[in-house]
Amino acid sequence: MENKSYGQHISQQYNEELEDVRNRVLAMGGLVEQQLADAVTALVDGNVELGEQVITLDYQVNAFEVSIDEECSRILARRQPAASDLRLVVAVIKTITDLERIGDQAERVGRMSLRLAQGDTGHAHYTEIKHLGDHVRQMLHDALDALARMDPEAAVKVAREDIKVDKEYESLMRQLITYMMEDPRTITRVLDIMWSARALERVGDHARNICEYIIYLVMGKDVRHTSLERMEQEARGKR
Amino acid sequence: MNDASAAMTRKKPSKGGAHGLDLSSLDRERRELNLANEEIALRVRDLDLYYGEKQALDKVNMDIPRQRVTAYIGPSGCGKSTLLRCFNRMNDLVDGARIEGRIELDGHNIYDRKVNVPQLRRRVGMVFQKPNPFPKSIYENVAYGLRLQGVDSRRVLDESVEQALRGAALWGEVKDRLHDNALGLSGGQQQRLVIARCIAIEPEVLLLDEPASALDPISTLKIEELIYELKEKYTIVIVTHNMQQAARVSDYTAFMLLGELIEFGDTDTLFTNPAHKQTEDYITGRYG
Repeated sequence: MENKSYGQHISQQYNEELEDVRNRVLAMGGLVEQQLADAVTALVDGNVELGEQVITLDYQVNAFEVSIDEECSRILARRQPAASDLRLVVAVIKTITDLERIGDQAERVGRMSLRLAQGDTGHAHYTEIKHLGDHVRQMLHDALDALARMDPEAAVKVAREDIKVDKEYESLMRQLITYMMEDPRTITRVLDIMWSARALERVGDHARNICEYIIYLVMGKDVRHTSLERMEQEARGKR
Repeated sequence: MNDASAAMTRKKPSKGGAHGLDLSSLDRERRELNLANEEIALRVRDLDLYYGEKQALDKVNMDIPRQRVTAYIGPSGCGKSTLLRCFNRMNDLVDGARIEGRIELDGHNIYDRKVNVPQLRRRVGMVFQKPNPFPKSIYENVAYGLRLQGVDSRRVLDESVEQALRGAALWGEVKDRLHDNALGLSGGQQQRLVIARCIAIEPEVLLLDEPASALDPISTLKIEELIYELKEKYTIVIVTHNMQQAARVSDYTAFMLLGELIEFGDTDTLFTNPAHKQTEDYITGRYG
């Protein structure tokens, strides 16, 4: 796998099909990343317009998922890919599922931003969630970067971030519970923020999944549901 | 420890697993097929083969497991058919072919001077790319080898012919016209007839050299299905240009290039995660 392009098939057409599918996944990833960033901004700034935009964008993400899936089935049927080509197609099919879910979570945050904007204008609890949002957005960005460069070690680094995200989420939860205990009038609003935080934490999990597919794609090793150490070993692996 | 987790711990050692399901197939370290656990039918050791000055096989070493399907893939001229022909000494017939090294069948070198070659070929049968039935009846084609062995009891012949034709999944199609000329059969039927002729004398190893490349897709699938059934009784070695076919029918696959064995392993691994770049390039259709 020294050669990181999908070129060099005897069939030029096949090169183009694989290259195209790969580019479309990255394009879909870019779109989801944008959607996620907008969702966090809409939430923190109370920007209704941006929040609505995030919700509409989800249709495009879904359409991407369907069309890439279709293209993958077509390649499987017509080319019977083997080895790294097969792993690319399998990894793509899985990756777009996680990307689509990230899109759904972003949409959820977008909807929450609309509800929160309707309420009062106090933005006191939004700094922490902005931090969490930026963190998972960076994770997604790095995961897509690792995918583009087919870099398993970078993928492990991203996966490691997920542990920090989980911790951050837990401490945010504790903080929000304290707010609710101090002032029960905030409960409705803080619950919405909790749901948003929960959505963002899920984004981190999906980004980690994508990193696992990258290791499968490049190294041929399935590291789902294993320890981070195992993942590191496989990523450094034989090639 | 609460009750639920205590129950889980107690359940774990039981063979059935949760809900009586056999969970052993979920163990990701487990390999369905592992050469180390196989009984070996043919051992190839440091095999070199020269056609005159030209070296066609270069230090080939491999173990072919018993009652499994082993496929050879590789580009034209890589030596896979040459190697296949070594297994029943067909290369003896080629002028200027010279062999060094050894091939053991059940522990005995088949290139030993004392080996009776016709007898070896009875143990190691071969089927070629183009079906080659004799211009005789279907019945006589299958009975041929047995008659050569001196069997002439009608009852024994009838029984063996039926058994061989059933074994080759041809009985149903020809049972009413056993005495028709074999050349009247379709290509796919002829190929299965040749396989029946081969298995009538109960060999240990079946060598198949591109057995389906001259056949239409349906006949090809029938041959592939037949291969799957035949491995119950025979060790099968197949050479094919069709990689998907190798992937479909074989348990183990060997990839050869320029007379060398590049990679040999279980078919699942070879086709999803090959260890060598040359294998990867070949099976994904890249120019190396």
